[in-house]
Amino acid sequence: MKIIVCVKQVLDTAAPIQVEGNRVVSPGSPRIINPYDEFAIEEAVRIKEKKPDTEITLLSLGPESFKDSIKKALAMGADKAVHFMDPKFDGLDSYALAGIFSHYLEKVPFDLILCGRQAVDVDMAQTGPVLATFLDLPFVTVVTGVEFSKDFKQAKITRQVEGGTEILELKLPLLLTCQKGLNEPRLPSLKGIMAAKKKEILTLSCADLGMEEGFFSMDDNRIVEANLSLPLERKKGIILKGSEEEISSDLVRLLREEEKII
Amino acid sequence: MTANPIIGVVVEHDGEDIKPVSFEVINAARKLADLTSGKVIVFCLGLKEEGAADFFIQKGADEVRFLDHPDLKNYIHENYGNALVQEFEKTPLDLLLLPATINGKELSAVLSARLGVGVATDCIAVSFLSGNEVEAVRPVSSGKALATVRFKGKKPHILTLRPNIFRGSEPSVKRVGEIFRTDILLPDFSMFAQELVKNVGTQLDITEARIVISGGLGMQGPENFKLLEELAEVLGGAVGASRPVVDNGWREYSNQVGQTGRTVSPDLYFACGISGSVQHLAGMASSRCIVAINTDPNAPIFSVADYGIIGDVLKVIPALTHEFRKTLTS
Repeated sequence: MKIIVCVKQVLDTAAPIQVEGNRVVSPGSPRIINPYDEFAIEEAVRIKEKKPDTEITLLSLGPESFKDSIKKALAMGADKAVHFMDPKFDGLDSYALAGIFSHYLEKVPFDLILCGRQAVDVDMAQTGPVLATFLDLPFVTVVTGVEFSKDFKQAKITRQVEGGTEILELKLPLLLTCQKGLNEPRLPSLKGIMAAKKKEILTLSCADLGMEEGFFSMDDNRIVEANLSLPLERKKGIILKGSEEEISSDLVRLLREEEKII
Repeated sequence: MTANPIIGVVVEHDGEDIKPVSFEVINAARKLADLTSGKVIVFCLGLKEEGAADFFIQKGADEVRFLDHPDLKNYIHENYGNALVQEFEKTPLDLLLLPATINGKELSAVLSARLGVGVATDCIAVSFLSGNEVEAVRPVSSGKALATVRFKGKKPHILTLRPNIFRGSEPSVKRVGEIFRTDILLPDFSMFAQELVKNVGTQLDITEARIVISGGLGMQGPENFKLLEELAEVLGGAVGASRPVVDNGWREYSNQVGQTGRTVSPDLYFACGISGSVQHLAGMASSRCIVAINTDPNAPIFSVADYGIIGDVLKVIPALTHEFRKTLTS
């Protein structure tokens, strides 16, 4: 089985951020694999453990620094990686990104594509389903469970929706976007880290992809970021004091009379 | 903006009931249309019952279109996408608004790819600029920052709107509108091998609740969450949880509030025994009113709280529940 896993590198979720110009900055904070992409990598590795003739290829688009996350994903158990790197790719929206991945995947055989359910920086939740639609591929988003048939030709998929779950059965090939709850991602082992050093990372530029000059440039973005700002600081609150009964009575009155919520 | 824009809304339902967030989206569409002498068309797929149409019109629809096909009864992105692409060929839209639910965001991606248009998800504000542009504000990094985005290129521009933000005007019984019903043709082939098993909508979801009561490690164990459930029942709210609580297996992941969980913007948020990590604050700091209860007066959660209570949640919550019950039943 051939599995493709899409991986993005993001700022550590524990990092406080500042805004400079139209960019998020957080000097000195670590970069991590997008947490939802870790579920995708882990799921692929678990499939390979059950079906050893599986080959896992990572796709990642970003600057040189993304190599850190690519190497970590290889150390978790992926076999090789394709790193799309070109200054022309800077600042692309998810539609354009999905376009590049789809362009590449048109010539590459695969049975399964795994993505995170969204990137925790842009929070769009678009790349996976847009990619699948470009490839005319069945897909399921926000997946919390996958059970394959014995021959790995069909899968029973559980997905989360508001207030409940859905179960669907689909034939491969297909694309899934992975949600927390699907699995517990492993930490790379020392052996995995050593093995990753020998694994292939193919770097592809715009020209390597045979795409027309500037075809996917920021001028083609459908969404343009005009401004980035920090949310307004909340007004300073008050601390309620007294016995539990007094506090409760004060709070209920405040929520009713001042806030008009209750 | 183009004079008289046509603004489409896709409503979400579970086969019987319309999701309340759909009315918020119609409300937002109406406000935009009123500023531009525009028209609001509500698309309702696979619903036999027409009773909701009057309510759509009262909330602001000028036109309600029911799209019929046996395969539209349940939401399946492929079929919804096919039906809507056909409709938009007949009636080109300037703007399309959907709820920023899991399915709404998924459908927005399908339509974006099929129509070659841009999408902004989870918007908390939408406006028209002079000269043909649409601008939206959307949280990024779970609300640690706000991005203002503009659309370029082909229409419709697609926006999904975050629940609990665009509530507003009461329905107007005086409004009138037209109702249409159209049979849709869908391809026989479906990517889904079998019918769906649905287990949807039994619980109030934390992203849709007006009041969210979340517990952290200060709850001391899964058994104590029943205190929060009692309070939620009295207030008609939903119970959320911090990440450590979910990682401990005390609560289900679908209830996790924060950057690697769900982002919520309720009218009232209770943080019970939650210290307030950067990730948690990102997921709830846009709530209208925040009440924090924690034994540690230096807990970061108090920096975003409108009302702070320094004390043991296990003692404070029962007293609060008692007081709310007394007030709400009197």
